[in-house]
Amino acid sequence: MEQFETVTVETDLLICGGGMAACGAAVEASYWAKQHGLKVTLVDKAAMDRSGAVAMGLSAINQYVDLNSGNNTLKDYCDYVRNDLMGITREDLVTNIARHVDSTVHLFEKWGLPIWKDTEGNYVHEGRWQLMINGESYKIIVAEAAKNALAEAGGEYYERVFITHPLVEDNKCVGAVGFSVRENKFYVFKAKATLVAMGGAVHVFKPRSTGEGFGRSWYPPFNSGASAFFTIYGGAEMTCQEVRFIPVRFKDAYGPVGAWFLLFKSLATSAHGGNYMKENADELAKWEPYGHVKPSPANIRNWLMMLDVMDGKGPIYMQTADAIKKIADEAPDEKAAARKLKELEAEAWEDFLDMTISQAILWAATNVEPDKKPSEIMACDPYFIGSHSGASGAWVSGPEDLQNDDTKSEYFWGYANMTTVEGMFAAGDASGASSHKFSSGSHTEGRIAAKAALAYVVDHNDAPTVDGAKVEALKDEVLKPLATFEQFKGATTDPDINPNYIRPKQFMYRLQKIMDEYSGGVSAQFKTNDMLLEKGLELLTFLKEDATSLAAENLHELMRCWEDVHRMYQAEAHMRSILFREETRWPGYYFRADKPTLDNDNWLAFCNCVYHKDTGEWEMKKRPVKYLTV
Amino acid sequence: MPSFVIPDKCDGCKALDKTACQYICPNDLMVLDKEIMKAYNQDPSMCWECYSCVKICPNQAIEVRGYADFVPMGASVTAMRSSEDIMWTLQFRDKNIRPKRFKFPIRRGVAEGQAQPFDHWPTGDSDLNSPTLMCEPAGLNTDRGPVKMDKVLTL
Ligand SMILES: Cc1cc2nc3c(=O)[nH]c(=O)nc-3n(C[C@H](O)[C@H](O)[C@H](O)COP(=O)(O)OP(=O)(O)OC[C@H]3O[C@@H](n4cnc5c(N)ncnc54)[C@H](O)[C@@H]3O)c2cc1C
Ligand code: SF4
Ligand code: SF4
Repeated sequence: MEQFETVTVETDLLICGGGMAACGAAVEASYWAKQHGLKVTLVDKAAMDRSGAVAMGLSAINQYVDLNSGNNTLKDYCDYVRNDLMGITREDLVTNIARHVDSTVHLFEKWGLPIWKDTEGNYVHEGRWQLMINGESYKIIVAEAAKNALAEAGGEYYERVFITHPLVEDNKCVGAVGFSVRENKFYVFKAKATLVAMGGAVHVFKPRSTGEGFGRSWYPPFNSGASAFFTIYGGAEMTCQEVRFIPVRFKDAYGPVGAWFLLFKSLATSAHGGNYMKENADELAKWEPYGHVKPSPANIRNWLMMLDVMDGKGPIYMQTADAIKKIADEAPDEKAAARKLKELEAEAWEDFLDMTISQAILWAATNVEPDKKPSEIMACDPYFIGSHSGASGAWVSGPEDLQNDDTKSEYFWGYANMTTVEGMFAAGDASGASSHKFSSGSHTEGRIAAKAALAYVVDHNDAPTVDGAKVEALKDEVLKPLATFEQFKGATTDPDINPNYIRPKQFMYRLQKIMDEYSGGVSAQFKTNDMLLEKGLELLTFLKEDATSLAAENLHELMRCWEDVHRMYQAEAHMRSILFREETRWPGYYFRADKPTLDNDNWLAFCNCVYHKDTGEWEMKKRPVKYLTV
Repeated sequence: MPSFVIPDKCDGCKALDKTACQYICPNDLMVLDKEIMKAYNQDPSMCWECYSCVKICPNQAIEVRGYADFVPMGASVTAMRSSEDIMWTLQFRDKNIRPKRFKFPIRRGVAEGQAQPFDHWPTGDSDLNSPTLMCEPAGLNTDRGPVKMDKVLTL
């Protein structure tokens, strides 16, 4: 095997990831680092301009609390999030993001992001908390501010360096290791504090598509569980690992439905035109006290739709034509109606072109003109994304000033957004139990976490001690798939079929099949039970053993190998947490057939877990849900 | 194929210091075949159809063909991105449906590269341990006056 140079980088704050949260962290950290003479380093596996979930752009900013309008309070936002997550929410974290998010959005505008304005200069809302944007270059703009900030403060950023493992000594994070996807270099980052912001996890479950469209997940295939692995493997307590997110989107290409529901007030119906939200309303009583809250929790809306699907009432349609007609009918005359229609049409297509271009291709290829006929919608596959309507992530400290006497002992340990590992912070998809942060809230949380991490560095300003022997061993482990391939490739005439190793693509398929069939994926109609999960865990054990036989032909494939390992840990945390929570709380995300009801008396609680690397054991913990407000 | 490269248009980014499409793809899919100096997508089944490569290619050599396993043939969505806006052209499978063209702005008021991260508003205190973030509280809402941090405690 070729030689790999070891490159050592020393820094005060290491930011792992280059997405929305990481870019927020880079800006905020640079501002404070400049004043305190500290160094900030950011590492992204891709190019910051187009990395992460916002690579394609977005058509809305989904969290804007608009506190000063007087229309909304922090409590309103908190209530909304808590209800959407069926009561399981860290209110201190949600509130902390909500009280800062408006300033983030105002900064976006200063950096050049076009936010829609009405004739009076007010932001145009898509819904109560959502703002419309021309967001094709959202990520480029946010990355530009981050890079300029780093440059001003003497920080640096590395692109195309894939972070594989955390460096942890005595429950203190002292940095991370990874490798370049472009040249034979192994990187060792030594840091006084480390912020994990490497997004969520996609392709843990089997997607619906089977061929070329395999990569068309709703969330991006390049968010591959690095945050979850980093925190789990580093020994951090994790939370809400059972709370996956399954969005309902236009069928197959997964185009957004938000504008259709919120802006155009469209209805979704069964094939027969029945409104499943009304026709299946009796079901709501089973999920009280969340069944009847307004707006209805995302998973409950999914569930009422799925009931129709399971009853054989599909296809399910978004009634786009009716919605457009209704809006046009409200216009005073024909000319105004025509103008309005044209405007709506552009908005509808822009919604796709800004963030799910595949959907525009699919509509064009199937001759869909939304004002003429309805389009099918469907539940996608399960994703792990703590920033959206899922909740999985690391268990982090809240801010001190938002705690009350009851919450402080449970939710506060020194620095906002620090995990239970000293010096390891998390934000965005990487931190749990604080859903509905989306792009703007993730950026905000990155800012909060970065400032707190620098406060930690100032208080614990000693050089990180990294055990050289351990790093050498890690280097061998990280590069092993390359060595394995070299060693065995000559054993057969087909490099794909070789009894000595497994290539990353087949490894991913195997993981996905286990998750799909045993952990309630698409083909299992999102249903599972204790026995299925136990069987799935047994199969996962074989997979884990075989992970040491992964083989990579080149650096790109080496990245794929480690993405698979990262996903595998996310998968195990998920199965164990579903098994631990003996009830069904989010029926539209997963349904435990052996415990089919919600049990608020016993399970209005967080299911947390800690992985002990030395023994390979998972410790499951129940933590109380405590509200700041009633 | 998802993203595909038109050989006549691709010059391997000879004039640039890095291959643009290879530089930008968030999933590390675009690679340059150095022998023929043409780029290609090395694993179409992991392509998100995000168009990042399409938009950055200096020669408009990259297009996207909808995923063959569920998208009927014959339609196309093409993008032309400049420093201020993006032009989209949509061709339907049914050629009787008139192609659609849209142009949307992509940034406003700040030239490319010029996003100034700091100091749009004063920062209320310089205490690393306070909850005040850069540009707060003034930046929370400049038009209507600052939001008081203590508003939080009276949730
Ligand atoms: C289709 C879609 C539509 C959405 N719609 C909206 C919307 O309308 N409005 C809204 O506000 N939000 C929306 N969101 C949500 C929003 O994009 C996310 O909430 C947000 O991007 C999460 O931020 P993050 O920093 O946690 O992750 P990301 O922004 O995804 O960033 C993850 C980063 O980690 C890097 N990374 C990953 N693994 C590694 C590794 N091993 N080593 C180094 N770096 C790594 C990635 O390259 C990337 O830079 C949408 C998301 C999607 C996918
Ligand atoms: S960016 Fe365009 S011209 Fe450059 S290598 Fe890629 S396809 Fe070829
Ligand atoms: S469309 Fe996106 S994911 Fe596909 S090759 Fe181009 S940049 Fe990569």
